[in-house]
Amino acid sequence: MRLARRVTIIIPLLLGACSYQHYQSDFGNAAVEDSQFLTLFTIFLVVCGVMYLLVIGFLFLGIGRSGRAVEANVVETGRHHQSHPLMRTTLIGWTALIGIGLAALAIASFFADRSMAKAAANPKLSIKLTANQWWWDVQYNSDDPSKTMRTSNELHLPVGIPARITLVSNDVIHSFWVPSLAGKEDLIPGRQNDITLVPKRIGVFRGPCAEFCGVQHAHMALVVVVESYPDFIKWWDHQLQPAPQPTTPLALAGYKYVTTAQCSACHNIGGTPASGTVGPDLTHLASRKSLAAGTMPMSEGNLYGWVEDAQSLKPGVKMPTLAMDPDQLHAVVAYLETLK
Amino acid sequence: MSSPCRASLLILAACGLTLAACDREEHHSRSKPVGETVPAGESPDTIFPGGSEAPPLDARAKLYDNNANAISAGQTLYTQMNCVGCHAHGGGGMGPPLMDDEWRYGGRIDQIAATIAEGRPNGMPSWRGKLTEDQIWDLAAYVRSLSGLPSKDAVSSRTEGMSGPTPQTLTPKPKPTNSDAAQQ
Repeated sequence: MRLARRVTIIIPLLLGACSYQHYQSDFGNAAVEDSQFLTLFTIFLVVCGVMYLLVIGFLFLGIGRSGRAVEANVVETGRHHQSHPLMRTTLIGWTALIGIGLAALAIASFFADRSMAKAAANPKLSIKLTANQWWWDVQYNSDDPSKTMRTSNELHLPVGIPARITLVSNDVIHSFWVPSLAGKEDLIPGRQNDITLVPKRIGVFRGPCAEFCGVQHAHMALVVVVESYPDFIKWWDHQLQPAPQPTTPLALAGYKYVTTAQCSACHNIGGTPASGTVGPDLTHLASRKSLAAGTMPMSEGNLYGWVEDAQSLKPGVKMPTLAMDPDQLHAVVAYLETLK
Repeated sequence: MSSPCRASLLILAACGLTLAACDREEHHSRSKPVGETVPAGESPDTIFPGGSEAPPLDARAKLYDNNANAISAGQTLYTQMNCVGCHAHGGGGMGPPLMDDEWRYGGRIDQIAATIAEGRPNGMPSWRGKLTEDQIWDLAAYVRSLSGLPSKDAVSSRTEGMSGPTPQTLTPKPKPTNSDAAQQ
């Protein structure tokens, strides 16, 4: 009975350690930064673990010996108690062990720090990430201004290339945290922080906001896509394109609504009159993997729900409930789906 | 301390705790999708110059007036929708000031909402269909707060966006250098 209970407690804990392809995991080991942290973590764990076990071992040894120790220290003989020669050696050894342990930790963190600084000194890609309540604005910078591109809630990184990400916030403190790639870095209003990442494995990773930032903090995730360099350039070039012209009559009706009614007051769609800067850029909305900052996967059904009644899916979000007529809704969703 | 004294203190503390459980106000993040319209604003009917009598207060006013959440949402929208461009932060500029006690088209929340929704002559654009009605009411609630009309417990104690530069008592003391002009 007791064993069964223990097993039922342990199994969920073990299952919790599993992660689907390291989508979001501290042990994802998908960037140089993360592997450095992992190495550092392992060194700290081993050094501190050994010391802890030694201390506990000596403690139990001491407890076990305590009876005899009192007898040996009886002063009846008139002689002073002399410490055992072994004691002296042990103490010296113990001090040396502490010294070596601390030195190992110091050296390991120094080298981890240096190698991260080295990567940060030579970035090949400059990205500006702006956090908002509760979504991410992503801007890719380029020396050629016509190549500068803005998207949202999805960060693409080429594998093996150091990317410097500038972190700013528009409202409150947020935190950039893609556990599979690196540690946390805060986005603070009125400040500019930097983090440099060198992804080393192709994959899709999730970065939840790691600093409580309001009611929808839990639904503020950044999808990070690490891909090969040619794929990345292809993606960038595609994102630079303006939104395609609507072809079907339904999509055209949606285009008219989106560019003249409430949508365009907040959202930007490249190549159309919709040029709001308050909400996420929608130019290539349908090419993204998720909707509403990682709240739900991109699909026709979710688009319908989101456009019609965002407040019931993400209560408190800045996107208002629009209460469109069914005809308008069909048209708007049909148009949004063309934004590949 | 005598026991009646202690008992009355306990009762007082219990009352205080019970009162703390009261809700200050209600907050609906999801506005009613159907049937909510900005006050009938088919045009000059809502404008009452020269002290003619205004219609009774709109029933929805109580949902937004003195509502901390509405005022704060309106404060964000005020900057985002560039009301600042003409009205500045209430002091006015190209548009009339909003922080004084003069209301050309009425200072009641439903009248302000109508002004935002319909637009007004000489520059105020119509926001009907550009913002949702919920947002227009939020903005109206905030505009009222610019002239201090809502109660103080509902308004925000900080401004939207970053505060000004470092206070002068904290600015670092730079070493004076002579500019080119001074050398001539």
